[in-house]
Amino acid sequence: MPFTRFVEIGRVAMVNYGPEHGKLVVISDVVDQNRAVIDRPDEIRRVVPFKRLILTDFKCELTRLAKKKELSAALEESGAFEKFAKSAWGQKIAKRKAKANLSDFERYQAMKKKQARSKEISKAVESMS
Amino acid sequence: MVKEVVRGISKQGRSKTYHRRGLWAIKKKNGGKFPQHEKKAKNEPAVQKPPKFYPADDTPHPKTRRKVVAAAKLRASITPGTILIILAGRFKGKRVVFLRQLPSGLLLVTGPFAVNGVPLRRVNQAYVIATSTKTDISKVDASKFDDAYFVPAEKKRQKKKGEEEFFEGDKEKKSLPSEYIENQKTVDSALTAGLSEDLKGYLSTRFSLKSNDRPHLLKF
Repeated sequence: MPFTRFVEIGRVAMVNYGPEHGKLVVISDVVDQNRAVIDRPDEIRRVVPFKRLILTDFKCELTRLAKKKELSAALEESGAFEKFAKSAWGQKIAKRKAKANLSDFERYQAMKKKQARSKEISKAVESMS
Repeated sequence: MVKEVVRGISKQGRSKTYHRRGLWAIKKKNGGKFPQHEKKAKNEPAVQKPPKFYPADDTPHPKTRRKVVAAAKLRASITPGTILIILAGRFKGKRVVFLRQLPSGLLLVTGPFAVNGVPLRRVNQAYVIATSTKTDISKVDASKFDDAYFVPAEKKRQKKKGEEEFFEGDKEKKSLPSEYIENQKTVDSALTAGLSEDLKGYLSTRFSLKSNDRPHLLKF
């Protein structure tokens, strides 16, 4: 299989470091082999090393160092952020977040559900053997 | 401010200052006199006989306490009906229902006893985690349980037992006055009526940390 995720203008990436951890950004320009200019509709453009980025499968059509207006339009057109949220990766992140936000009572309910489920499973397994 | 001519000497004299401050108007309002507070009558100190002798040594006196300990402010996350997790003591890990704050600042809670064995009890809010789960306690009348309710009626200091008495053991078994049992039953019945099966199960399980739980990140 050839590579399909490239560092390129308009590539959607995720920040994997610091307070911005987990945020989706768009590569706006490549500074050198270590750094890229990243952009986001609600943030100021800045330079970030590639070590702090993970590339995703999604991209939008952009020119180099595009203006905020163009960026928003391109993202809207390609729907890259929404596509990411629907992907397996995005759903895994959403699930993890939902789990962390459970209240104590909801954790208890989830535990009960899991207990009931594993009881059913073990019953089914026993009946098979 | 009126300028000073030299340091300490105002440009305006006494008479001009009097007019500038409008003191005449105040005097006029009060019938030619400045309004005055009536002097408070001082309490005459009780006449004490001088001691017949002075002690040779200085005797230490306890310091007079002027501090008034105010009841602790209730945490915003704790409201009547909130389910709390007790963190210390015999009932640690138990989930209980908060009823109200007592004048001493302690929290009045109950298991309810029928569900998880925690009776009507006072706990300090420092030893409690407030959860976001609330129950309906509108039918519970907790107004009659005050701090005095939880102090045993006769709190007598027991005599030290002799050897014989020690081996004999307590003759009469201590038992809770029936009034307390009745009170618990009425509160329990009013409270459990509004609890779903899920909530009852939740209240009857103890809270504990598992190996992967990070308490500072947990949401309650």
